[in-house]
Amino acid sequence: MSNFLFYIAGIVAVASTLMVVTRLNAVHALLYMIVSLLSVALIFFMLGAPFAAALEVIVYAGAIMVLFVFVIMMLNLSLPAMETERQWVRPAVWIGPAALTVILLGELVWVMAHNGAHSAGFQSIGPRTVSLALFGPYLLGVELASILLLAGLVSAYHLARPETSTTSKGGA
Amino acid sequence: MVDIPAAHGLMLAGILFLLGFIGVLVRRNIIFILLSLEIMLNAVGLAFVVVGSRWGQPDGQIMVLLILSMAAAEVAVGLALVFRMYHGLSTLDADQASQMKG
Repeated sequence: MSNFLFYIAGIVAVASTLMVVTRLNAVHALLYMIVSLLSVALIFFMLGAPFAAALEVIVYAGAIMVLFVFVIMMLNLSLPAMETERQWVRPAVWIGPAALTVILLGELVWVMAHNGAHSAGFQSIGPRTVSLALFGPYLLGVELASILLLAGLVSAYHLARPETSTTSKGGA
Repeated sequence: MVDIPAAHGLMLAGILFLLGFIGVLVRRNIIFILLSLEIMLNAVGLAFVVVGSRWGQPDGQIMVLLILSMAAAEVAVGLALVFRMYHGLSTLDADQASQMKG
């Protein structure tokens, strides 16, 4: 069938993620990150998970990346920031961790390649099935996620609030 | 629909996860560290979808949903902390924030 589409999307995802990790300019990295998220959403769709694919585009590429854009705009990073970034990311810094991590990746790929062949993605799991499971056995998880989001909202508001001078204890 | 070996999907998830891990280890700019954390969470979501698709169960997508909400909360708090750090230390270097105060 159209299996090569999966591999093309996977190559695009890996390439754009590589660009995210290696860019010096934060906005460029963010744009590559959006490409990576879109290709992962395409893979979700091809693996028969259309609901997760839609949420990936809407929430990840739509909402979370916009948060990053807002913060980068508010910090107002300029060209000297790229120079300091270039000094931070020297080959002597990244070669060691990258080599060790690639060794780990090799082991992981070797283990998964010798673990029998099961096929994935031959049937689609629609939003109806997901929703029935979400509000059935996973109801407690949904409630906990909503509490987590509320806690994130409150703490983000508290942390990003400008320092008030009414109390003297405010620790920055 | 495709019909690929589940191991290939898991390998792709592993590659993406380790790319994000390299980013967390190597970069010093705290925005890039947060971005690499997002890559790692996304790769874990991909692994869940592949496995859920391999058994034909909706649980993988539900885990993606929960990871998504966790990532949203984490990014909101993390970026608020970045903002606070930039105003306090006027740098984005994660090594500058390695000391506790008081």
